[in-house]
Amino acid sequence: MASKVQVPAKAQTASPGFAYSALIVGWLVPGAGHLLTGRWVRALLLFVSIGAMFWLGIAMQGKLYVPNTGDVLEMLGFVGDFGNGLFYALGRILDLGHIAVQTATADYGTKFIVVAGLLNFIAAVDAHNLRIGRKA
Amino acid sequence: MFAPSHFTAVLLFATFASVVFGITQRSTPRAMFRYGAYCWVLFVGVVLAASWLMWLIKR
Repeated sequence: MASKVQVPAKAQTASPGFAYSALIVGWLVPGAGHLLTGRWVRALLLFVSIGAMFWLGIAMQGKLYVPNTGDVLEMLGFVGDFGNGLFYALGRILDLGHIAVQTATADYGTKFIVVAGLLNFIAAVDAHNLRIGRKA
Repeated sequence: MFAPSHFTAVLLFATFASVVFGITQRSTPRAMFRYGAYCWVLFVGVVLAASWLMWLIKR
């Protein structure tokens, strides 16, 4: 699918400070990177969408993947889950994820969690592009 | 435990993913809304088409 993200930047109107702050903050908390660039409506929509997807996944008894299991698919699942930033950390600390996926609903939940993380990666990169002036 | 039907899960998934796609893949609010709606229709439309296809295969 063709993407029209790469709009020509006006001028490099980058904000002063650490260039990767929006990327990192946006990864840690969904939407926070956009908030840092002053787009609070986008930030709110991203926080609600990604947050709801993650927490609904948890509520559906989805699985939270852990690193270093030796299984390639599990490791890929972990990469997706890791995109949720602090939500993932909170889920692990509070032991919210289920170990075994036993129902269809839990399988949906597992996918919700992974996709929420992947979407958050996209959102964090978008915040970075806004921060450095690559996107208007 | 939250236990939605398969179709409800599809609608939730399509809605959340479309919002993120719209915001991140376009630059203006109008284009974001249009692209988000386009993605949502594609998500749900493909699921409906695949569902009917499977129903036909089963018969």
